[in-house]
Amino acid sequence: MTGRQRADRLAGLAFVAPAALTLAALALYPGLWVLWLSLQQRIPIFGIARFVGLDHYAFLATDPRFWNAARVTVVFTGVSVALELVLGLAVALALERQRRGRRLALSLLLLAWALPSVVTAKLFEWLYHPSAGLVNLLLGRPLNWLGDPALALPGLIAADVWRTMPFVALLCFARLVTIPPEVYEAARVDGAGRWATLAWITLPLLRSILLVALLFRTLDALRAFDLMYVLTGGGPANTTETLTVYAYRSLFQTLQLGFGSAIGVVIFALVMAVAAGYLRALRREGLAA
Amino acid sequence: MRARVRAWDVAMLLLLAAWATPFFWQVRTSFTPDGELLATSRVLPARPTLIHYRAVVERSVMPRALGNSLAVASITTLVALAIGLPAAYGIARLPVPGKGLLLLAVVASTAFPQITTVSPLYLLMRALGLRDTWTALVLANTSFALPLLIWLLAGFIREIPIEVEEAAFLDGAGRLGTLRRVVLPLVAPGVASAALLTFLASWNEFLFAYTFTATEASRTVPVALALFPGVFEVPWGDIAAASILASLPPIIIVVGLQRWLVRGLVAGAMKE
Repeated sequence: MTGRQRADRLAGLAFVAPAALTLAALALYPGLWVLWLSLQQRIPIFGIARFVGLDHYAFLATDPRFWNAARVTVVFTGVSVALELVLGLAVALALERQRRGRRLALSLLLLAWALPSVVTAKLFEWLYHPSAGLVNLLLGRPLNWLGDPALALPGLIAADVWRTMPFVALLCFARLVTIPPEVYEAARVDGAGRWATLAWITLPLLRSILLVALLFRTLDALRAFDLMYVLTGGGPANTTETLTVYAYRSLFQTLQLGFGSAIGVVIFALVMAVAAGYLRALRREGLAA
Repeated sequence: MRARVRAWDVAMLLLLAAWATPFFWQVRTSFTPDGELLATSRVLPARPTLIHYRAVVERSVMPRALGNSLAVASITTLVALAIGLPAAYGIARLPVPGKGLLLLAVVASTAFPQITTVSPLYLLMRALGLRDTWTALVLANTSFALPLLIWLLAGFIREIPIEVEEAAFLDGAGRLGTLRRVVLPLVAPGVASAALLTFLASWNEFLFAYTFTATEASRTVPVALALFPGVFEVPWGDIAAASILASLPPIIIVVGLQRWLVRGLVAGAMKE
């Protein structure tokens, strides 16, 4: 090893060390601590702190509230992400045909995405107001969006789609503008119509960015908390209580730090399983991972 | 042909403006007097008023919360850049031992759910006596911003031709000199993008702020908005005014700094 190489290694270590230490202290360490917490009965107000092993996980396996939250999480994630991808793709295709005013268009599009999700929750709470909300005004019907168990989850999903469709649209749009015009030219020369071009040229070229958007959005939807916590608080009758809301309520409302941590660990496992499954699928298809 | 393109452009702008309606409706509400709130189908209020903004500015915790949010988001951005930029350079350019493991940790931690670590972080902040302080929020937000920031910046640094650096190094600029006078100026637009995303994420962050704060000494804007008090009925007009104030930095970023925002967002996804 030459002096230059040794100096490079030392410099590299010095450059990386602060970030590595920060992540170790504030991500890795809490990540291990939460595993340990989830094996304990910790109820600080009663001074309870004892080791219970896998009891919390065993309880969750037969806890109807947990399975309800899991179902809500899966429905919320599946429906939101599907709608976001379809709408986002459509908006991106439409945006690409726009000649003038693209900057303004992107401003209007990205506004919903950039707002704090608590603001989104407040916006939709007011839109869904039973007597004065814009939604009922337009529908001409006095629906109780956030109070009706059949409507709360669709209402929540609509708010999430509003917020995150722009992200998918932006990614697809950014990919679309990198497709060279010659590709479309060649398709036209070959006699491909508009729909054939879309199906055989554009969509395959968008495939990889759509998969990335699918991964990002799925992970975010599984982890989502702010929007439902502020908009519906998990109600009515737990119809919008996701795993994250159940975890939070257990941790900081009923103050069961151990039990709540166990739900947190389950969410972590779920997110990692989805990410790993996705990466494996990508690799099998031979796309770069 | 020309007219048709125009029509498309206009239709598209109208469509996207319609998508933004929930926000515009809140803007309208924030200027509407209470008496008109519950019984109107007018597009614009008959007697627009600033009364809600006055109430929020003079009689709510919002001004304090705006200050807290601005401070926490700014400090978080600076700290994350100070830690993340050297790390990104090390990962992009230097032979760091255990680099593969570090990269894996960085990528894995972008998928970390906040709700999973909020309980140990809460105990940690309490043990360190940091509850209800800016410091707690800066630490937590920095740890969550770092992975994406490092990922983005390492990508931008790799785009710089290595010959430029080699030349400066051979000219005797030294490692830090090269970094400051050659790498930093070239990667500045990327740094701006990463800084914007970090600032925005910290400004919008709710779960940590909601959990680690207890009083208006450190409550940020999303927390103040979520806990906005109503005495007998919900003060929709005041909430609307407060949410518009909470939205100002994101609006400035989307409208005024759009180029850097888009660049950061797209780079984060495309560099997978």
